[in-house]
Parts: sequence; C-alpha cells; structure tokens
Amino acid sequence: MDWVDLVIILAKILGIIGVVKLTVPFMILAERKVSGWIQDRIGPNRAGPKGIIQPFADGLKLFFKEDYTPDGVDKILFPLAPCIAMLMAIIAMAVIPFSGQVQVGERVFDMQVGAVNIGILYILAIGSLAVYGVVIGGWASNSKYSFLGGLRAAAQMISYEVPLALTVISMIVLCGTLRLEVIVNQQIESGWWNVFSQPLTFIIFLTCLFAETNRAPFDLAECEQELVCGFHTEYSSMKFAMFFLGEYAHIIVASCLAVVLFFGGWHVPGLPTGIDQPLSLGMALLGIGIFYIKVWAFIFFFLWVRWTLPRFRYDQLMRMAWYGMVPVGLGLLMINAGIAYFENPMMDSKLRWYQLGGNVAMLLVLLAIVAIGEIRVAKNNARLEEYARGMKTQN
Amino acid sequence: MAIKESDIVEVKEPELSFWEKIYLPSVIMGLMLTFKHIFRKKRTLQYPEKRREEVAVPDGGLRGKNYRGLHRLNKDDQGRVECVACFMCATACPANCIDIVGDEAPWPDREKYPVSFVIDELKCIYCGMCEYACPVDAIELTPVYNTTGLSRDEMMFDKEKLLEQYDKTIDIKPRKNPLIVGYSCDYKEQAVEHREKVEEFEREL
Ligand code: SF4
Ligand code: SF4
Repeated sequence: MDWVDLVIILAKILGIIGVVKLTVPFMILAERKVSGWIQDRIGPNRAGPKGIIQPFADGLKLFFKEDYTPDGVDKILFPLAPCIAMLMAIIAMAVIPFSGQVQVGERVFDMQVGAVNIGILYILAIGSLAVYGVVIGGWASNSKYSFLGGLRAAAQMISYEVPLALTVISMIVLCGTLRLEVIVNQQIESGWWNVFSQPLTFIIFLTCLFAETNRAPFDLAECEQELVCGFHTEYSSMKFAMFFLGEYAHIIVASCLAVVLFFGGWHVPGLPTGIDQPLSLGMALLGIGIFYIKVWAFIFFFLWVRWTLPRFRYDQLMRMAWYGMVPVGLGLLMINAGIAYFENPMMDSKLRWYQLGGNVAMLLVLLAIVAIGEIRVAKNNARLEEYARGMKTQN
Repeated sequence: MAIKESDIVEVKEPELSFWEKIYLPSVIMGLMLTFKHIFRKKRTLQYPEKRREEVAVPDGGLRGKNYRGLHRLNKDDQGRVECVACFMCATACPANCIDIVGDEAPWPDREKYPVSFVIDELKCIYCGMCEYACPVDAIELTPVYNTTGLSRDEMMFDKEKLLEQYDKTIDIKPRKNPLIVGYSCDYKEQAVEHREKVEEFEREL
C-alpha cells in the first residue's frame, strides 16, 4: 500500500461522511414535506425557495441554543451517548459497496471503504452497538422518562435483532458469503434481485429494520405521548442534534443495507456492471447515483410508513416479534437452508423459482395457521354464547 | 332518574376480520390512502398573504358570525356603555378573568353602570360564557383573532379599549340581537304587576 491508496481511502471516508451529513438535512426536510403532503398541508416553504434551507436554519438554531447539562446526570456518559449514536451509524457505512470496481489508469479499487470479508457481520455488530447510544443516553440522564425510553429501546432491539438476524442468515446461507459486494454481484449476474425470489424474507427484514432504526410505528423509545421525548428528553442544543443526526444516519444505513441485500445494489438492467472488467470512473459514478436513488426511494418509504401507521402498543410490539416474526423467520431459514443444499442457489434460475416457491409456501402456512386459530376462536365464542343463553333461560 | 333497560347500549369491540388479522393487507391499504393524500389539493392558507376572512367557509374560511375572538362592550343608541354591572358575566366566567367595579348610574334609565370593566385577555379561554350570561347583550365576542401585546398589561383590556373595540368591529359583526331598550328601575311597578299576575294564577287554581 503506497500513499495513493491512502489518499484514495481517505477520500472515500470523507466522501461518505460528507454525503451522509448532507443527506440528513434533506431527509429532515423531506420528512416535514412528506408529512405535510400526507396531511394535506404544504410543509415548510418560507426559508429559501420551497423551504430548501429550512433544515440548515434549524441546524443553525440548534447550534446557537444553550447547551444545558442538567444536575444529577452522569458527567461522562451523558455527553458520550449522542456521540455513540452518531458514530455507530456512520461507521456502519464503511462496508457498504456503492458501486462496482473502478479502474483509473493502472489502479483498480473498490467503491467501498473496507472490502472486508465479514461485511454483513460487521453491520449487524455495529447495528447492535448503536442501541447503546439510546440506552446510555436514557441511563445517564437520570430522569425517569429517559430511563423508560432507554429500557424500551433495549428490549425492542433485543427482540427485533432476532428475526432480523434470521432473515439475514437466510440470505447469507443462500449467497454463501458475507461479502456485500459479492451478494450484489450474484444478483447482477443471475438477473434476479433477491427481493423477487425472497419476498416474505424481505418483508420481515424490512419490518425489523423499522424496529432497529427506532422509526414509527416502532418508535416506542421516544413516544411523545407517554415519555415526553424518551431517551433524549434531557438533551439540548448540539447533543440533541447529534442524536437526531444519528437517528437519520441510521435510516440511511438501513436503507443501504436493504438496497444491497434485496434490491441489487447499483444494478439496473442494461448498464455495465463492473463484474467482468472494472468500470470507468464515469460509469462508477453513475452506479453510485443509481444506488443513491434507490436509497432515497427507501427513505421515502420510511417516511411514508411513519406518517401512515400509528404506533404499536408495547405488548403488541413484543408479541409481533416473538409470536410472529421469529417463527416465520425460523421457517424461512429452514426452507432456505434446504435450498442452499444445492450448488450455488443464487445463480440458478430454477433454484430461484424454488426459493420463491418456498416463500409462498411459508406465507400459505402462515395464513392457514391464522385461519385455524380463527375457526377455533369462533367455535369457542359460539360455545360461550350458548352457555350464556342457557344461563339466561335458567333465570 | 333510573336507567331503563332499553336505554342501555352494549358497545362491543368490532371484530377483526381474517384479512385484518393478517395485518399486511390493511397496512397496504393504509399506505395507498396516505399516498393518495400526497397529491390532494392542499388545505393550507398562507397566512399573512391570505387570511381566513377572505376565503369561503368550506375552504377553511372563518365564520365571522360565531367566531369567538376578542371581546367588545356594546354601546346603546346614545353611545353609552350598555352594561348594567350585574356581574352575571363575571360569575359565569370559568377563567375568572372579568373584573368589574359597579356604581350607581348617572343616567335615569338604569340603576348601575360599570365604573371599570377589565378583562384579562391572556387568562380568557374564549369560551363565550360571558356573552351567554349577559342579560342585556352588552358583552359580545368579535371575530378579531390576532390580538397581540408587548406586555401583560397591554393585554388587560379595560372599558375604554373594549368600547373602542365596538366601534372597530360593529361593521364586520353586527349586534346579535336588537338593542334592548325600555328596561328601567321601576321595579316596584314591575313587582306589583308580577304579584297581580301570580294572584290571578292562584285564583284560577
Ligand atoms: S369568553 Fe369565557 S373566559 Fe373569556 S371572559 Fe368570557 S366567560 Fe370569561
Ligand atoms: S353580564 Fe352584561 S350587563 Fe352584566 S356585568 Fe356583564 S357585561 Fe355587564
């Protein structure tokens, strides 16, 4: 490794941080705009044309606010928590492949900061670390609302990490690799985005992503109606902004992961893919653009869901994870592991159809279970009614 | 009053249908609904440029006739304050924000009038109870909604300010009822009249 490599890596790191930091303000603007549109309003439109500099104005305002540290907080952990929340979100971006390999002159390099062997594992690990930001924030604030928020976040994360991991393991087993760029390449080569062969897995994965990123309808950790603001109740000024930034950066990471695992990364049919030979710089940038657009589509979906679905009750949340998603995830894992018995299940079109069949079968089993439960409940109700009628006639 | 058996309504939680229990179809339906709203006509009024008075009521306009905004004290046909300092409004006010000092009226046609009449517009919850309570329609709420002040004192509206409000708003909000005239302090006459009526009634029985 010579100095040019070093410069390239540094450039990539700075590029990613820059893009994330620039995307977050626009996400916040988009959030407010989309919420406005969905509620038949216009949304912010005073600061700059169409309100474009509104998030920057908000940032400036937060920056100039008093940075207040309440009495009785943990002096070390209190400032640390927002840093963790922010940091974990951004370093998770390190293994995301944004585009295929690029050739500039003699040099060939990847469009990701670290093309490590443990790609997905790294993201899962960092993702679970991110909850520490929330939990520590709740603990260090020394306030009961914050504490409850942190507690909820911890329980929720633990519950939803299980089905998330199950779906990711499904994909790992099928792809036979942990490297994200290889997963994308398999999707490109076979021409099947994973979402087409694994729709049910994707739905479960997506639901868990919502829970992992603490987004509505799973934003129990900060539900305003019950907990004031949850874990960031006591935070103000830039510390609060860091939490905010971290939360949105987390959504970006989640969207990236979903795009890589299920939506073919930078792939659109008909463009050079960078598998047989490295891409030119322009093509790579185009790939990054496509990736970015797909990520934005996901971000929009996140916003859209947030302003559509009401928040879950806490027991519903837990029941959905442990009674619903974990068994389904396990079932899917079993089916997919069975398919992975064959050679190279992602490249073979026939095996892709099998995967789809497996998913549909799982869905049918699910429907059947619910239907059977329904019938039993109906029978039970009928019996109860009969009993009640008997009581009445006796009287 | 005892509750009759027939009055009792049992409300049951609506049963979830099969597809609602699966949850996913209803989520998708909800998403479609909100997606449609993205392209709907927006209901926002861009406030300082466009005001609620200027648009029709179905489009979010203001109902000037029954909007409950800043108060006014009505004047009678001779320009005097109509209030008779009966304290009905102050008694009815749930926010306890009306402060009246009454005194003997300098005019022959009534007994009392308010020497001072102060409403704390910051305490007021604009419920309109004072308007309901007033027996002579002296106090009324106007459609003025953008009252501001730089200090708390400025928002204490005294009699002069409230009467001034009458001149300002009489064009946009006319009096609700015709002016009440002819009330007098000949209460002895009235009492005699009333007594007679009661006796007549009793005789008929
Ligand atoms: S509107 Fe209601 S709160 Fe206000 S002064 Fe009248 S009675 Fe009191
Ligand atoms: S109820 Fe009417 S007449 Fe009586 S004190 Fe209030 S404003 Fe005056």
